[in-house]
Amino acid sequence: MHHFIDRRRNPKGKSLGNRQRFLRRTKGHVKEMVDKSVRERSVKGGAEGPDTGERVTIPVKGIKEPRLAQSPQGGFRQRVYPGNKDFVVGDRFKRPQGGAGQGGREGSDSGEGEDGFSFNLTREEYLQILFDGLELPDMIKKNTVETETIGTRRAGLTTAGTPNNLNLIRTMRNSLGRRIALKRPSTREFEELEDRILALEALDSPTANELQLLKDLQAELEVLRRKRKVVGYIDPLDLRYDTHVPEKIRNSQAVVFCLMDVSGSMQEREKDLAKRFFILLNLFLERAYEHSEIVFVRHTHHAQEVDEETFFYARETGGTIVSTALTEMEKIIEDRYPPDEWNIYGAQASDGENFGNDSAKCEALLNSVLLPICQYYAYVEIVPESDTALLNDPGAGGDLWHSYRRVKEHWPNFQMLRVSEPAHIYPMFRELFAKRSAGDAA
Amino acid sequence: MTLDDPVTRPLFDGSDWTFELMGTVHDAIEEIALNDLGLDVYPNQIEIISAEQMLDAYSCVGLPLMYQHWSFGKHFVRDETYYRKGMMGLAYEIVINSNPCISYNMEENTMAMQTLVMAHAAFGHNHFFKNNYLFQDWTDAAGIHDYLAFAKNFIADCEERYGLDEVERVLDAAHALRDQGVFRYGRPPKPTAEELQAMQRQREGHESQRSVLDLWTDATLGETREEVSVEDRAISSRQSALNLPQENLLYFLEKHSPVLEAWQREILRIVRYLAQYLYPQKQTKVMNEGCATFSHYYIIHRLYEKGLITQGALMEMMHSHTNVIMQPEFDDPRFSGLNPYALGFAMMMDIRRICENPTEEDRDWFPEFAGNPDWKSVLLQAWANYRDESFILQFLSPKLMRDFKLFVITDDAKSPELVVSQIHNRQGYREIRRLLAKSYDLAYQEPDIQVTDADLKGDRELKLTHQMLDGIDLVDADRAEVLKHIKALWGYEVSMTGVNRETGAKVYSVSTRAPEGMDPEKA
Repeated sequence: MHHFIDRRRNPKGKSLGNRQRFLRRTKGHVKEMVDKSVRERSVKGGAEGPDTGERVTIPVKGIKEPRLAQSPQGGFRQRVYPGNKDFVVGDRFKRPQGGAGQGGREGSDSGEGEDGFSFNLTREEYLQILFDGLELPDMIKKNTVETETIGTRRAGLTTAGTPNNLNLIRTMRNSLGRRIALKRPSTREFEELEDRILALEALDSPTANELQLLKDLQAELEVLRRKRKVVGYIDPLDLRYDTHVPEKIRNSQAVVFCLMDVSGSMQEREKDLAKRFFILLNLFLERAYEHSEIVFVRHTHHAQEVDEETFFYARETGGTIVSTALTEMEKIIEDRYPPDEWNIYGAQASDGENFGNDSAKCEALLNSVLLPICQYYAYVEIVPESDTALLNDPGAGGDLWHSYRRVKEHWPNFQMLRVSEPAHIYPMFRELFAKRSAGDAA
Repeated sequence: MTLDDPVTRPLFDGSDWTFELMGTVHDAIEEIALNDLGLDVYPNQIEIISAEQMLDAYSCVGLPLMYQHWSFGKHFVRDETYYRKGMMGLAYEIVINSNPCISYNMEENTMAMQTLVMAHAAFGHNHFFKNNYLFQDWTDAAGIHDYLAFAKNFIADCEERYGLDEVERVLDAAHALRDQGVFRYGRPPKPTAEELQAMQRQREGHESQRSVLDLWTDATLGETREEVSVEDRAISSRQSALNLPQENLLYFLEKHSPVLEAWQREILRIVRYLAQYLYPQKQTKVMNEGCATFSHYYIIHRLYEKGLITQGALMEMMHSHTNVIMQPEFDDPRFSGLNPYALGFAMMMDIRRICENPTEEDRDWFPEFAGNPDWKSVLLQAWANYRDESFILQFLSPKLMRDFKLFVITDDAKSPELVVSQIHNRQGYREIRRLLAKSYDLAYQEPDIQVTDADLKGDRELKLTHQMLDGIDLVDADRAEVLKHIKALWGYEVSMTGVNRETGAKVYSVSTRAPEGMDPEKA
């Protein structure tokens, strides 16, 4: 007796529960690795990377399954090996280093002996861990204001239209119905009748009966022929056309402007913090929008649009005039990103220094030009780690900080924060994006 | 049907398989296996699975149903990574000791491979499971499915009621003691009628707890605990009251731990039950694979002789057969110990040879069966009544030791050098055979650890004794970890003493007691 079962169509992911338990178990390590990867990977790569998930390596330690097993070293052992070449009894040799263990006869159970344990996270798992604690769904609702453009949408059928919009299926269905209703003779019927007539005509000496039949059939054929002419195969009545109506459709595309001060005072640490912030913002917007772009603008005493590599790693010397970046941003928006088609986000990172009375100019620019067209504008000031006074007192700060504080009073879509270490980035990120409903703070 | 019977056509020609074709081939194999080779098998249930499902099955120790635990997730992740990288191939099949006998065949297999796999797993392994004494005595093939379903549901239930963390804690600890959760020598003490009732009460209590006040369960539990501890005739010595010494640590903890709840005891029972179920497989790797490999080898050749498979199909099967029984030599980079397929298959073939063409030497060594015309019954006897250790001790012939060029290396930690102590010559045969058999004896390969004392009325410290053999210690880091797990299950301090088995001298002693106890004080 035998019995075959095709299990291939069984639901997949039988071990999903085990996987979740495993991730739960290793959460600390995985989170650490994800944090690290956020810090290390490129901003644009950060947006692409998680498409294929993220490879993480975690130390074996946390997921070890200890057993009481005999140590592979020490004691007195006698082992049997195959494949003797030229040993004879009594041969002696040095104990090989690294232990000539019994090999994998026990079929190593847990991949021990490796430094780490690597596996891939899926994109969902990665983002879940990355934004763990951040209320993303709510943030999307609060922040993605939809812009509208005109598109077309199908709107059923009409009886008039251009041939390219002809809906064949509906037309033929109508035609068939009409032909049945009006009893249009089919080709088969028609041919059968013709065949019978031909057969009768071919008879050498038809009887009177047969002659009569022939006559009747010919009359019938004539009727059918007329009927076929009157009831057309396809009638203008049958025609149906697809129609489209113009419609306003949701257009969700976003552009993120990353503005950064790259003057000498911005060191590796400052840039790293800024980068983490830019990555998070981009990942978040990626999830919220169908299409998003990033524009990098760096500035010293003049501003320019650059690629990512240059943005983060190239060095530049010069003074610091923040307003140049804002002007550059305005110019790029004018050129390439009409505000009625794009959701515009601004993110600015700086150490808070600015030249002379330029801060007032920034304030004016933001108030009059940028904030009316931006969905959101975030300013991150990176302060020295030691400067706790600055961190704790929002009232203290330089010119730029004060100017921006005045801006903030007028614009709910403007936010500003200070950070001094990577650990601040996530909380700050949450604060920035949860704030609009929670009222004002900071 | 004979070889030159002109009407016999091959059952299949191409490499694609269909279910009908597999049914036909299965019947052809069955004909040979049962009527020619004389196998006796459980009904077969053959399931076709995909690669991903095979990985699933791998992670759950090859069982069709399993409770959920992070370690299975870890194994899955690891195997999947290796598989994706191409560092690991997947088995063509997995077979489960159950009635009906379930075998999983991979969908990627060609028809020839499916044939081979059916002959191997659905008949070879199947016969071994049904007939070997270890499996007959220690496992319940008919009940395993129901038990697995019970275990899965029970643990899922516990997770829901007591939380993932609580369940994980118990499972982690129980898994650490899996190797010490089996009865090696004696049958497990049969639960007495009262014990069965108590178990039943606990399970029922678990079921009905949702609707009943917790007080009720506490009352039931208290009673049960009482019963277990006085179950064994009232004897003054606490050791015999606790049934000590006890080699099955999980059993002991389940029965006597002062702190475990009923559901936690049930979880220990589940882990221990599954460990016991799998224990015979650990003891019969060589024989089990030998039996299956010999069966498929015999069956495919018979199929070919009957003209039921093409030469091409036979070649494909032989190719894979040859790969499976490859034995790298000790200095080969691929060497990782003796290949159970190679050794098992060679021994089965050798037994047949000794029956059919015995030499003088064979008659000396195996007077009981050398020249016995009925080699099939000799093999069937061997498969039924031995395990790896006793099988090798009984059947490994000098010819095979020469073929494998076996030699013995003595490794004494006291000496800086290794010594070749035996080679495959007249003086060495018996010793090589004894040592090889010993290396398959789990009693020597797994440490001998027993519960020797626990003063329930005193400090309740659980005392374990490790009988050290040949001065071989445990892996130190693991020992500390496992003791912590035992402490979690026992609820009080745990100590372990290492004792030289020959002299009885104390070698080391470790304890979970803080602080200085953590270091083994070498005596």
